[in-house]
Amino acid sequence: MSVVSIFFTALFYISLTIFLVGMTRKIYQYWITPVPLKIPTAPTPLTQTGVVMRMAREVVLFESLFKSNKWTWLFGWLFHVGLLLVLIRHARYFWPGDLPEVFLLIQPFKYAAFAMVIGLFGLLGRRFFVERIRYISAPSDYLMLLLLLVIGVSGVVMTFTSNHTDVIMVKEFASGLIVFNWADLPTEVHFLVHIFMVFVLMAIFPISKLLHVPGVFFSPTRNQVDDARKKRHIAPWALKQEQEHAVKLDQTLGQDNSEGK
Amino acid sequence: MAKEFDIPKLPTYLEIPEINEGVMEGEGPFKSAKEFQSPLGFPGEKVDNWQEVAINKMGELKSKYRSVQVFLDACVKCGACTDKCHYFLGSSDPKNMPVARQDLFRSVYRRHFTFAGKYFPKLVGAKELDDEMLDDWYNYFHQCSQCRRCSVFCPYGIDTAEISMAAREVLDSVGVGQKYCNQILGKAITIGNNLGLPEPALRDTLLDLEEEIEEETGVAVKYPLDVKGAEILLITPSADFFAEPHIDGLIGYGKVFHQDGVSWTMSSYASEGANFGMFIGSYDIMRKAALRIRKAALDLEVSRVMVGECGHAWRVAYSFWNTLTGVGAGATDEFGQKLQNQLDSRYPQPQHIIEYTHDLIQQGKLNFDKSANDDRTVTFHDSCNVARATNMGGIPNGQFILPREVIKAVCNNYVDMERSTIMESTFCCGGGGGLLTDDLMEIRIKGAMPRMQALKEVEKSDAVDTLVAICAICKSQFSKVLPKFDFDPYMIASAHQLVSEAIIMDKPQTDDAPAEEVEEASETSVETETAE
Repeated sequence: MSVVSIFFTALFYISLTIFLVGMTRKIYQYWITPVPLKIPTAPTPLTQTGVVMRMAREVVLFESLFKSNKWTWLFGWLFHVGLLLVLIRHARYFWPGDLPEVFLLIQPFKYAAFAMVIGLFGLLGRRFFVERIRYISAPSDYLMLLLLLVIGVSGVVMTFTSNHTDVIMVKEFASGLIVFNWADLPTEVHFLVHIFMVFVLMAIFPISKLLHVPGVFFSPTRNQVDDARKKRHIAPWALKQEQEHAVKLDQTLGQDNSEGK
Repeated sequence: MAKEFDIPKLPTYLEIPEINEGVMEGEGPFKSAKEFQSPLGFPGEKVDNWQEVAINKMGELKSKYRSVQVFLDACVKCGACTDKCHYFLGSSDPKNMPVARQDLFRSVYRRHFTFAGKYFPKLVGAKELDDEMLDDWYNYFHQCSQCRRCSVFCPYGIDTAEISMAAREVLDSVGVGQKYCNQILGKAITIGNNLGLPEPALRDTLLDLEEEIEEETGVAVKYPLDVKGAEILLITPSADFFAEPHIDGLIGYGKVFHQDGVSWTMSSYASEGANFGMFIGSYDIMRKAALRIRKAALDLEVSRVMVGECGHAWRVAYSFWNTLTGVGAGATDEFGQKLQNQLDSRYPQPQHIIEYTHDLIQQGKLNFDKSANDDRTVTFHDSCNVARATNMGGIPNGQFILPREVIKAVCNNYVDMERSTIMESTFCCGGGGGLLTDDLMEIRIKGAMPRMQALKEVEKSDAVDTLVAICAICKSQFSKVLPKFDFDPYMIASAHQLVSEAIIMDKPQTDDAPAEEVEEASETSVETETAE
C-alpha cells in the first residue's frame, strides 16, 4: 500500500472513532439529562402517535422551517434531501461484493448531487446577503457550508465531468475499510480532497452545530405529549427533592395561615 | 432613567426592519435589592466570585434541563427565528432576534463547556462571561417575554424562553436580580398574592363587589372566601380583585357560578393565580408558590381546582401544577396520589374558567342576551402562554377554539385578526414574562407594535372596537399601550366581561326570598353535609 493509502486509511478510522465515540457521548448526555417540565409548543399533539407524526413531519418535511421562511426551507430541504440520496448511492462503494438489487432503485438519483449543491449555495448566499443572518453568523457557520460545498462540488466534478475516478478502485478501498481488507485508493486530487473533507466532517460532527441531527429528536418542545393534566410528569431530581420535603410540608399544614391574618 | 424614544408607526403590512445595533442597549430594569433577594434565597448583591458561581450554575442547569443542553447545541443559525420576535420587529435591535438573544448565553456556554469554544473561541463565536456580557444578559434577557413564538418556527423547536429563564436563574444566583419579579415573588410566597393583599382587605373588596352587583342586577351573586367544603376552588390572578378590566371578568365568573348553582370559593391563603417563579426560571420558587394552592385545596377540602383568566398562570397550572404539586391526575407516586384522591376525577384538574363556562354553554345551562354586546365588534387576542403552552377542552387546538366559542356565544360581532398573528403564531402583548413594569416601558411599547398593527387592520376593515384577552398581564399591558397607538384604552375587555354583560340571570322569585335560599333548596337533595 502506498503512503497516501495508509494515511487515508488511518484517517478514516480516526475520524470514524471520533464520530462514533463523540456521538455516543452526546446522545447519552441528551438521554440522561432530565426534562423536569412539560414544555411542548403548539400546535401540540395530545397522543404519542401524534408526537411520532409531528416528529416525522419535522424531520422529513421540515414543517416548522416551512412555516417560517420559504427560501431557507427550499434551500435547506434541497440540500438535506440531496445529501440523503447521495449518501444512499454511496452505499455501493462500501458494500462488499455485489449490491442488493434494491439499491439499483436509487441509481437514477445521481442528479441529487445538484440539488445538494444548489441548496448549499442558496444557504451560503442567504448567510452573505441577508443582513440578519449575516449578523448571527460566526466564521464556523460559513466554513461549515464551504466544507460541504467542497465535498459536494468535488463529487459532482467526478461524476459529471471527464475527471472520473476509478470507481472499481474506490469500491475496493471503501469496502476494504469495512471488512478490514485494506487496499490502495485512487490518487486523483478531486477524490482525495473529497474524502479528506468527508473525514473532517465526520470528526467535527460531535463538536459542532451538526448536533442538530440528534438534537431534534431530543427537543422537548417537539417530542413531548401534551398530557400534563392527565399524567404526572416528574424528573428524578424533582421527585427526590419532593420526597425529602414532603414531611415538612405536612407539618406546616394549617399553621402558616396565621401570618397572613 | 427614562429616555426619549419614538413610538413605532403602524404600517399596513408588517415589515422586517433593518437591524440597528445598540438601539435597546441600556441598564435593563431596576435591579433587586437585598430585602427582595434574601427571602428568595438569592445573594443580596453581586457576589465577588460571580463568574465562577455563574459558570457553575450554567453547568448545573444544563445537567438538570434537557431543553437547555439540547437547545444550546442544536442551533444551526439558520435565521428562521430572526424575524419572529415582536421585540425585534418593534425595536430593530439585532440582539432582540431570538437566536442573537440565545447567543448571549450560548457563546459563554461554548467558551466554557465545548471543545471548539475552549480551543477555537473566535472561530465558533465563543465569548468570555465578563462584566459587559453580564450586563448584556441582564438587559436583553429582560427584553424577552418568554412568549415562545420563536419556538413555533424553529426547525428544532428551540425555545428562547428556556434560555432566558436559565439566564435569569444564573443572574439571580450571582445576586443580580430583577426588582419587579423578585419583590412580587416575596409577597406571593409569604402573603399569598402579588399585591400583598391580606385576608381582611380581600374580604372587604369581595363584599363591596357583591353589593355592587346586587344593586345593579338585583341578584345576590356571591364571591365566597375561605369556604370549607366548597366544590370548586377558584385561583385567579390578584389583578382580578381590583384592576380594570380584570374585575369585570371576575364579576363574570361569579355570575356563571351563580347560574350553575355550584358551590365555590376563593382562598385568602392562595389568592394568586400568577406565578412569577416561572419568569425567573426557578423551579423551586415556582413550586413554593404553587404549593400554597395545593395547601389551600387540601385545607378547604375542595374537589375541583379552577383557574381564572391569566396567561402564564394557566401555563403553570395546566402544564406544571401536576408536576410541581400533584394538582392533576394520573400520579403514580405517593405525594401526587394523596391530593389526587381528593380531587374529582370526572373533571379535568385543574380546569380553566373558559373550559367551565364553555361546558355549561354546551349543556345549555346558560342563557344569553347576545344583543347586550351589540354595541361591540370584538376580536380576540390569543395570549402567548395560553396559545403556545397549554390546551383547553382536551381537543387539538382547544385553547384557540374554546375562548372563541365562548365569545361568539355571547356576542354577535366577532372577527379574527390576520392569521399569522393569532393562535400558535400570536404576537405577545409586549408585557409578559416579568416585563410588566414601568421601568421597561420603552421595550413594552415597541414590543406591542406587531399586535397593534394587526389590530389596526381589523379596526380599519371591520370597525373592531373591543379587544378581548384572557390574561391579566395582557389586559394591564394593553390598557397602557393602546393609547400610545391611538386606540381607546378601554377597548380591552375580559372574556368573562362579555359573558357578564350578556348572561341572563335568574331573578329571585319573590322579593323576600333571597337567591341563596332558592339555590339551596334546589340543591339539598345533592348536597348533604358540605355546608357546615
